[in-house]
Amino acid sequence: MAIAVRDDIGPPTVRTSRPALRAQGIVKCFRSSGKDVRAVDDVSLAVSRGEIYALLGANGSGKSTLIRVFSTLLEADAGTVTVFGLDIRADELAVKRLINRVSVEASFFKKLSAMENLVYAGRLYGVPAADARTRSREILIRLGITRSRHDEPLEKLSRGMQQKVAIARAFLTSPSLLLLDEPTTGLDIRSKREVQTFVRDLRDEHDATILLTTHDLDEAERLADRVGVLHGGKLVAEGTPSELIARYGGRGSLEDVFMTITGRKIEEADKADDEAGSEPASEG
Amino acid sequence: MIAEFAAQAGLAYAFVEREVALMKRYWLWEVVWIIYGIVTSLSVAFIGIAAPAISGNAVDPATTSRFVLYLLVGTIAWRFMGLVFENIAEIIAWERWEGTIEYTFMAPVPRLTHLAGMAGGTIVRAVVFSVTTLFAVMLFIPVDLSHANALSAIVMLAVGTVAFMGLGIASAVFPLIWTEKGLQMAYIVQAVVLLVSGVYYPTSVLPGWLQLLSVVSPATYVIEGMRRALLDGADLASLWPLVWPALLVGLLSIPIGLRAFVAAERYAKRTGRLKRSG
Repeated sequence: MAIAVRDDIGPPTVRTSRPALRAQGIVKCFRSSGKDVRAVDDVSLAVSRGEIYALLGANGSGKSTLIRVFSTLLEADAGTVTVFGLDIRADELAVKRLINRVSVEASFFKKLSAMENLVYAGRLYGVPAADARTRSREILIRLGITRSRHDEPLEKLSRGMQQKVAIARAFLTSPSLLLLDEPTTGLDIRSKREVQTFVRDLRDEHDATILLTTHDLDEAERLADRVGVLHGGKLVAEGTPSELIARYGGRGSLEDVFMTITGRKIEEADKADDEAGSEPASEG
Repeated sequence: MIAEFAAQAGLAYAFVEREVALMKRYWLWEVVWIIYGIVTSLSVAFIGIAAPAISGNAVDPATTSRFVLYLLVGTIAWRFMGLVFENIAEIIAWERWEGTIEYTFMAPVPRLTHLAGMAGGTIVRAVVFSVTTLFAVMLFIPVDLSHANALSAIVMLAVGTVAFMGLGIASAVFPLIWTEKGLQMAYIVQAVVLLVSGVYYPTSVLPGWLQLLSVVSPATYVIEGMRRALLDGADLASLWPLVWPALLVGLLSIPIGLRAFVAAERYAKRTGRLKRSG
């Protein structure tokens, strides 16, 4: 049965316990056009177990750079990151077992089918092939991908379907910490809502902690228990959506919050960054 | 200990299964490469058959037959080891091209297990290619294997595979560090090894300084050993002087290559190169 999209996906549910993710003083610089650019500038944050934390920011604000640091793909120049108390460098392999990531671009062997990609991913995380097949079918059907499409090469599926397969792949491995890097960018509204509902439901069902980056204010407001606003590589505000709106939002929306904090609308910030087109921008 | 080994073998098998699945999906490419390999091997073999015409001297059939087999052993053994080298050296470039590099490098798989799995997939491919090529060539050209010692030849090839895995791992470092030119640098390594290893001629015809390089190339020993096994029926005991140097290169190059790879991966993570666009 396909997932039922709900407009109201429930109130934020902050579950306080020891942090699933703790970052302290993260700095990451890139060399661009002969000068160092600080993509991430002294960012510290903590995400509690079971929490959905949204990093909100325009293109080039440092969101993706930060999530790549958390996912062990990028080493910070300074600072420390722990995942459930494990240091991301010293205990890299143990941390990798606890995390999974969905990136904005579906990262698949496009000639292989959804099922072949998922069984491969399952094996990498120690899930036996038979279990991976059974669970993959359940998740894909729940995400609205009919059985007849499971064995088609991924290149024949739409962008929205590929992104759903990416999310299915992440949940197949039962990560304790799921990193979602702009998971709904480029999806149509219905697919976007399906993915958002699925993310929230699976957090509730599997006790996963979720850190997502987005520049979709509505998505942050709908999904996140807490929101951190990144601007110019710095974490400039943090709180529950209602706290941020109470503190910064004149007319009562995260758009107002973003405008108050950064001095411009998120679309304007995205456009300005796209026009700048610097290398660190592609990182973030 | 046994459970841990089984777990690592299971992880490595993920890469073998993936490579086999990709071979099936890219079957047309595989057919093209097999045909290319057959045509190349046949072209080289015909040089042997043409020896009397090229030299202008009469050459007895037995000598011609030996010359043809001499060339065929070189070309097919090189094709096998070259495939092992290329597929491992192309690990980074291939995953970048597919767009899967980030997912693969985020997976909780020790790098040694990852590379061992890739080597396993590569060996499956190299065996299929080489056996197909050998049988296809035999359809066109009579090949005299009446004196061949198959066991010795297989052992020599296995030793060569280990050595070329090490060279491939070490060369896979280049695309990690130099995202655009790295793969070409790996191909240069392969080309130099081809030149100095006596694939189509004895290394004695090389200039002195190139003969120095042939001493450190594992292919020199493997191809010479395979020739002695397949042309003269040499047993393993008599081939030992050729086995140990190639084995030594393998035993040294795998840990050295792995260390270099891990260091390069660290460098790529520091500089943001571990991503699909490089």
